[in-house]
Amino acid sequence: MHSALLVIAAFLACSVEMVEALTIVLAVGVTRGWRSAGWGVAAALGCLALIVAALGPALAHLPIDSLRLVVGTVLLVFGLQWLRKAVLRAGGLKALHDEEAIYEAEVALLRARGERLEHDWYAFTVAFKGVFLEGLEVAFIVVTFGGTQRNVGLAALGAAAALVVVLIVGSVVHAPLTRVPENTLKFGVGVMLTAFGIFWSSEGAGIAWPGGDAALLAVIAFVVVTAFALVAFERRAQGSLEVVQS
Amino acid sequence: MSALARFGKFWYDFIIGDDWRIAFGVVATVAGVFVVAHHGFNAWWLLPVAVALLLAVSVTHELRRHLR
Repeated sequence: MHSALLVIAAFLACSVEMVEALTIVLAVGVTRGWRSAGWGVAAALGCLALIVAALGPALAHLPIDSLRLVVGTVLLVFGLQWLRKAVLRAGGLKALHDEEAIYEAEVALLRARGERLEHDWYAFTVAFKGVFLEGLEVAFIVVTFGGTQRNVGLAALGAAAALVVVLIVGSVVHAPLTRVPENTLKFGVGVMLTAFGIFWSSEGAGIAWPGGDAALLAVIAFVVVTAFALVAFERRAQGSLEVVQS
Repeated sequence: MSALARFGKFWYDFIIGDDWRIAFGVVATVAGVFVVAHHGFNAWWLLPVAVALLLAVSVTHELRRHLR
């Protein structure tokens, strides 16, 4: 009975972490392209494999809060920039496809010069950070859950099952995602990165969220409401100006 | 542009971006949350509220610039 509970507990805990990583990778892959995001995932998995192989059970002593603080803060700064642009686009203050126009112009220029397209460091870094941090947390869960029950193998089995389920979910979800309008998707990515950034950096700073990991849903809802309120404010302000001018 | 310059520009764009106030405000607030949390006060609401204010200030600034 204890063995089954250990596998289930490891499966559930690891699923939560893996879904968080999957959300970030899907968001970056769909909006910025899969090639660089894929390299980010591969690099993160490579680093994780090295760290797990080198440290093993000593993993439980790594300063996870410091990592959350640094990664969360950078993700929050980056996510807020993304969300700001999406809010400005949705409110009509920024052209919907300005970045795409720049990107297309850059690609055309490079092709004309016979150069190949640059590596997308944004996609690489964001995918790397998401997978690396969450992967490290999965490794902690396996080591701590397995260590306390003196059966790391069973905890690893739960984690492996979670990986299979999350990968299946990811492959099913990614196709419909590509059909979502681009700016809506970018808005969603900005919301997710900002919410994850708030959640991780607060945890890393020493905050205990009421309700634990479930608080992430409340943070996402808060960011969505804030962003929509700002879009409405922008539209109203521009509408008022048009009325005054006419 | 050399590879090193491109790498440096990437990190500037990544960390600072279009509005430096956002990067500065986030880092300052997270530092504040860290200090407050280590003095025994679980101010979980502080960062979400600060983020909402920072976004509002940045968008309002852009709106004013646009309407001028």
